[in-house]
Amino acid sequence: MASVGKALLILGFVVALYGLAASLYGAITGQRAWVDSGRRSMYAIAGLTTFAFAIIEAAFLRSDFSYTIVSSASSTTTPTLYKAAAVWSTQQGSLLLWVWLLSIWSSLALFLTRHRVREIVPYAAAVLFGFCSFFLALTMLFANPFGTAANPPAEGAGLDPLLRHTTMVIHPPMVYTGYTLLTIPFAFAVAALVTGRLKADWIQVTRRFALAAWLCLGVGVLLGARWSYTELGWGGYWAWDPVENAALMPWLLATAFLHSIMIQEKRGMLKVWNVSLILATGTMAIVGTFLVRSGILQSIHAFVSDPTLNIAFVTLIAVMVVSSVSLVVHRRAELRTESRLDSLLSREAVFLFQNLVLVALTAVIFWLTFFPLISEAVTGTQQSIGPPAFRPFVVPLALILVLLSGIGPIIAWRRVTVANLRRSFAFPVAVALITLALLLTVVSGVGSHTFALLMFCFAAFALASVAQEFWRGVRARRAMTHEPAPVALLSLVRRNRRRYGGYTVHAGLAVLLIGVAASQSFQHSRYATMRPGQSANIDGYNVRYVRPTASPAAEKISFGAVLDVSKNGHHVTTLRTSYGLYPSQDPSLGVVGRFFNSGSVESRIGLDAGFTHDIWTVVNVGNVTPLQGDISKGDRLFASLMSAVAKLPPSQQQSRLNTLFAYRDQLINELTQRFITHPWPVQFLLIVSPLVTWLWLGGIIVAFGGLIALWPIPVLARRRVRSAAYAARLTRELA
Amino acid sequence: MTFLLVMVAAAAVIVLVTAPFRRLEPGGAGTEDAGASTKVAELEAAREAKYREIRDAELDHRTGKLSEEDFHSVDTALRTEAISILRALDRAQKH
Repeated sequence: MASVGKALLILGFVVALYGLAASLYGAITGQRAWVDSGRRSMYAIAGLTTFAFAIIEAAFLRSDFSYTIVSSASSTTTPTLYKAAAVWSTQQGSLLLWVWLLSIWSSLALFLTRHRVREIVPYAAAVLFGFCSFFLALTMLFANPFGTAANPPAEGAGLDPLLRHTTMVIHPPMVYTGYTLLTIPFAFAVAALVTGRLKADWIQVTRRFALAAWLCLGVGVLLGARWSYTELGWGGYWAWDPVENAALMPWLLATAFLHSIMIQEKRGMLKVWNVSLILATGTMAIVGTFLVRSGILQSIHAFVSDPTLNIAFVTLIAVMVVSSVSLVVHRRAELRTESRLDSLLSREAVFLFQNLVLVALTAVIFWLTFFPLISEAVTGTQQSIGPPAFRPFVVPLALILVLLSGIGPIIAWRRVTVANLRRSFAFPVAVALITLALLLTVVSGVGSHTFALLMFCFAAFALASVAQEFWRGVRARRAMTHEPAPVALLSLVRRNRRRYGGYTVHAGLAVLLIGVAASQSFQHSRYATMRPGQSANIDGYNVRYVRPTASPAAEKISFGAVLDVSKNGHHVTTLRTSYGLYPSQDPSLGVVGRFFNSGSVESRIGLDAGFTHDIWTVVNVGNVTPLQGDISKGDRLFASLMSAVAKLPPSQQQSRLNTLFAYRDQLINELTQRFITHPWPVQFLLIVSPLVTWLWLGGIIVAFGGLIALWPIPVLARRRVRSAAYAARLTRELA
Repeated sequence: MTFLLVMVAAAAVIVLVTAPFRRLEPGGAGTEDAGASTKVAELEAAREAKYREIRDAELDHRTGKLSEEDFHSVDTALRTEAISILRALDRAQKH
């Protein structure tokens, strides 16, 4: 089937080139059949790449090691769930996933717009075909997932232990879905610039795709943070790693875009800004894709560097930047604003300021992410940049954003009077001041953490403003319809999904940032080396190493520990943490040694997550020195026995080898159990972090708000507005 | 087997992609005035945006963010703009 897969990629590439040509020809000549044929080419590519992806998935699921990517990233002992997800752990498989998702979303976009904005769609289709051609060419020529080996190995290398996390199944596809969805508004923006059709219609067509991209990318980023927190064994959820930043930057720009397009839709303003924002967002999505697979910056998430791919990506990014800038400059006259801000005290002005803050935040992250490369270009040495470099810039900007997320919902479009402002701000400001007073009196030491204190107050302000908006909306609805409060709330949200979905997102963001501020500012952590029975103290908790655990298995050897956590003599929780050693396929490490010294390790954290704080620990049993002497003896013994077996007639070798492997497994089991019978001291990282759960909870609220905003507006609501508007028109015309 | 599968896939692609040409009736107009349809689409988008703006202003008024005086001034302006969009839309659709 590998040759079928290769043929499908070639066929897909040819169809993409045809689709590009047909769409352009149809657009220039106005011949609908060519445009339709071009659109159908995208459906064909979606079908072909689905087939290709199914072939490679099937190869992983049945451990077909004749495929080189299967033998390099999976093994017979890899659990089925991870076998399925191992496809996107490889450069080749992830590129195929990218182009598959791109073709699916592009097909959906072209299908939904087949009867709309007909002048724009063919050019947008041509841009999407351009992306498809690029990625299909990469998978065909430089990263073909259907490469096969003449002599397939009996066993694969297995999935990288760090990737063996349930999030692996969903995090990369979510991020890729976000990236690929962002190409759709990018393509429509280019098409609008090419055709000069720069009113709000292209925005209306693509807004939902931009929102879906924002939602998927946001969920992907959050899942990545969760993965980091529970798998990587350092106790944090965000390290300002280049690949993390690469996903965050387009998300920030998309956030700005989703706010500023409302101003263009309503007021015909910010056309240059909006089109530039979405072009920058689409370009950043490709930059993010490039960073993951280029290896130009040090990241634990990145694939191995491939110079050929790097050249191709840099060329694509250069083409995107140059053509975007040229088109915007070329159309600058048509992009002139249709009206001006009525007042600085208006929602438009708040959105504009929020946009500037988001773009500034993106610019700071971009600069610091690429600083190592810039420093290398200037000084010849790549200087690494860590989280401390980001904080002085990011924290103040995040504070302003939270404040604005509270101001936005309570300020009206166009203009506001001072009396209205006073009435709208009174409750949120009071809540913020009460929060400040409570924190200063109840929480000791909070006064010395100025930024955290400000964040709590601003977040309280934002939450109060959102709550006030919901309450006022429900009250107004009830005054009109006399519905019970829960029914009025549901009706209100159902009829105004964009507005109340957005407010929910703001509330979620406030909750999320409370979690970030608290866990970053008030975290306690320490390392403790303990033997069973010993204990260590952290933030008032006593952590006792109760007993070691050990389990040898074909997939991995696992050393663990059971810890008892108590406070003031009362039991709080029991934590279980383990350290897994995965066997290597490298025979030079020895018959026994390859199970203990492969360097392929994973950590399973012990976590007691609560609403107020998390108690987190991880054990590090990387040092197996106490076993090393016996491991070496075992290696020598088995090496001589294997040599003796090799001299036997072939008919007897297999049975003897089976006997030897059974003895080897017994020895491994005995050595592993020694961690229990003769435990040696091991190091624990202990962390007590407040309000981390708020971060995940806030993320879920943000995603829920995004889903509300994404859900289509009911037809009934539109009809009612339409009737009202027509009634107004009749009244005025008759008068 | 490989050859057969690839041929089936290629045939399916050809059938799918060429369907618009096969449906085209002899002598039928294969061209369209995309400019006119885009103009209508632009106006429809503007109309939807204006309706949304009117609804937003109403909600802002009902929730106390817009004073009575401001609401009447904003609402009147929005409805006037909505009517001019509707008139332009009527003209574009007639053409």
